[in-house]
Amino acid sequence: MNLLDVENLVAGHGLLTAVRDFSFSVAEGTALAVIGANGAGKTTLFRTISGVHRAQSGCVRLAGRDLSAMAAPKRVAAGIAMVPEGRRLFGDMTVRENLQVAGEHGRKGPWNLDRVIEALPALEPVMDRPADVLSGGQRQAAAIGRALMCNPRVLLLDEVSLGLSPVAVDSLYRSLALLRDAGATMVFVEQDLDRALAFADRIVCMLEGRIALEGRPERLDRSAITAAYFGLDERAGEGVHA
Amino acid sequence: MLDAIVQGILLGGYYAILAAGLSLMFGVVRFINLAHGDLAMLGAYLALFCVERLGLPVWLAVAATLPAMAALGWLLQATIFARTLKAGILLPLLATFGLGAVLQNGMFGLFGSDTKSLGNHIGSLSWSSWQVPFDISVGKLPMFTFVVAVFVLGALHLLLARTKVGRAIRATSIDPEAAELVGIEAARVHRVAAAIAVALAALAGAFLAMRALITPYAGPAQLIFAFEAVVIGGIGSLWGTLVGGIVLGIAQSLGAWLSPQFFQLAGHVIFLAVLGARLWRTHVAEHGGWRNVVSGVRA
Amino acid sequence: MNENARPIFTVAPRRASPAGWIAIVAVAMLAVVPLLCGGPVVDKLTTLCVYVLLAVMWNLLAGYAGLVSVGQQAFFGLGGYFALRLVEAGLPPYPALVAGAFASAGIAVPISLFLLRLRNGEFAIAMWVTAEAFRLLVMFDPLVQGETGTSLLALNAYEPDLRRNLTYWVALASMAAMTAGSYWLLCRRIGWAARAIRDDEDAAASIGIETMRVKRVIFIVAALGCALAGCIWLASAITFQPRTNFGVQWTVFMLFMVLVGGLRSFEGPIIGALLFFAVQEIFGDFGAWYLAGLGAVAVAFALYLPEGIWGALRSRTGIELMPTQVKHP
Repeated sequence: MNLLDVENLVAGHGLLTAVRDFSFSVAEGTALAVIGANGAGKTTLFRTISGVHRAQSGCVRLAGRDLSAMAAPKRVAAGIAMVPEGRRLFGDMTVRENLQVAGEHGRKGPWNLDRVIEALPALEPVMDRPADVLSGGQRQAAAIGRALMCNPRVLLLDEVSLGLSPVAVDSLYRSLALLRDAGATMVFVEQDLDRALAFADRIVCMLEGRIALEGRPERLDRSAITAAYFGLDERAGEGVHA
Repeated sequence: MLDAIVQGILLGGYYAILAAGLSLMFGVVRFINLAHGDLAMLGAYLALFCVERLGLPVWLAVAATLPAMAALGWLLQATIFARTLKAGILLPLLATFGLGAVLQNGMFGLFGSDTKSLGNHIGSLSWSSWQVPFDISVGKLPMFTFVVAVFVLGALHLLLARTKVGRAIRATSIDPEAAELVGIEAARVHRVAAAIAVALAALAGAFLAMRALITPYAGPAQLIFAFEAVVIGGIGSLWGTLVGGIVLGIAQSLGAWLSPQFFQLAGHVIFLAVLGARLWRTHVAEHGGWRNVVSGVRA
Repeated sequence: MNENARPIFTVAPRRASPAGWIAIVAVAMLAVVPLLCGGPVVDKLTTLCVYVLLAVMWNLLAGYAGLVSVGQQAFFGLGGYFALRLVEAGLPPYPALVAGAFASAGIAVPISLFLLRLRNGEFAIAMWVTAEAFRLLVMFDPLVQGETGTSLLALNAYEPDLRRNLTYWVALASMAAMTAGSYWLLCRRIGWAARAIRDDEDAAASIGIETMRVKRVIFIVAALGCALAGCIWLASAITFQPRTNFGVQWTVFMLFMVLVGGLRSFEGPIIGALLFFAVQEIFGDFGAWYLAGLGAVAVAFALYLPEGIWGALRSRTGIELMPTQVKHP
């Protein structure tokens, strides 16, 4: 059964439409990677699903429940949590407080500080440091931990590995793999195509607000992905459904 | 002069209570409430009403006033402030300035123009003092006000640092959108902040009424003092507010020590001087440090 | 900026619009009113001119340049004070009034260097503090006698009718000149530079607008207008009291007129001033409750009709008498 359904979503900034008639579904316990060039509309898509950006039309369903009318905090309560672009940690607060505040206001569930540290061991030594002084990898781990504290049914991750060292990315994906093995449902943006193909169950390639290509990683042809990514071939726009 | 400094420090306690709410609103809601001083006066008049008409003891009257004013703050945020906040910086200033006019003239219409005071309801506290070395007398009421100020700021500090609502307030003030993404409703947090701010204003107003004579039109002057304390202490910093209040208090009481007419002027001058120094520092930072600026001036 | 480049936008017509001609005719007709009507009418019209002048100046400042000042009473009061001082120094009253206004605008120059670096709320309150500081300083002058204040007795040298008419003509001329002047300013490059700064100061600076210079010009012009209003007020009231002439109620009035009439449109504040004048005439006797009502109306407009009466009318009907908006050719 699909956990998250996005149907005919349209969103933009003023006269500029960033997401055009966008539809996809994510099955429970799977990971969907959204790839695409800068400006393809990935961040706007994520912000619209999480509710901090208003959709012009279309709807977002979680386990069949229509969330379209809800503001972001209500969607968090319903089970959507996002790691936003740029991490957006509460810089003056310690990592512990960042996690606590999410635990106190997010959806109730099994996640607590101990489990987050277990899943993201990078956080253990920095729990009582202000979020501002963390390294890139630690910041991303803290942001993921903060989202987990909201006990999401679907975890949205914008720009998973942007700006991180390869070592940090490896450790991050180990944590994400553990989460997926435990049954988590994820939608993530990844610029590194190899990482995305290796980790995701399905891939959606976004081009100018539309789906240019969609399918299971093992069935997608590398050149088709490149074409869809850069919009080189008009036929790629039709979509190769695997 | 030493005496003037001591009195100034104690006066700073009053300013800290007055300014804490303004600072909280500015830091958390990014909202400048130009009716803050008038709300302080409303608190004072409400306490006076409870004492003179309902016959309550002063402490009970203040205790009854604070929750009522907190509720008013909540309501103002929910109805007026939040609505104007969406439309940039101009409308909040206009709306709260208009609200100030409503409060001042409304209080004038209801309570009349007579100057009033809680001073004659608090017995010897209003005038008695302790004698300390160097020929300084420390008034019991200013000392009490200062102690309450430290207590209030301490409580506020603990609230922000240690409680669920405090963490939500801090998260919202740092990044409202990220706060929404962890399930915090920013609008609710803003209402809580406004409730605390207005209650603090009312507490300050009550202390002012104990110390001095008040009129319905005293609010704008109090707003200016509060704003001066906030800016001197650094916007958004809780203990900075106390420092700012003390600096302002010392400046005023040193000014008054020179000549009674200098009381307010000295406060304004120190405020403008602090602003000027801050602008100068930014200017220096933007132009490559002191050395460049100085040599640029010479050249 | 390249002066020879073809403009992408044109602002306002080069020739006077019909509304412009109507305004010129109206001012000419107003100028002959004293020859036809009695003293009370002239007095009322003088007051109206002061209101229009104040409203137009505050809109120039806050509506067009985004400089929300709650301290314009600084220049209103200073203008009167300088006029008093100049008369004391031996100048005839009317030249002293005009010179006083310019002196007050001169004070705006050093103030602008400092205060215009502040943004938004800080600027608003710092202006207010500045006005308070001037009030306190002026009170030190023995001529003003502290809170008591003083009177411009030299004006009694004129025969009352002549004095009334002269004051009126000065008021009318100031109002017409400052209104026309600010319209001219708004239709020039500096006008849209100011609006760009209002909408986003950093972005404006990044496309090469000299933000400080633009803000300073607007600030000084608005200071001059407010000072002229203060001088005219002194001439018609004769008395000068620091608490009244430097009173924050002038800002309340300006804010009311601009907000109700329509911020950011040229016609709005003028309509607001006419309305305020009418309201003052009808309800002025209710004292404090009347002022509370003004505040409440201002709050209501801020909440429900932030574009004001004229703004709402304009967006519904598309009428534009004095266009200052950018238009595509």
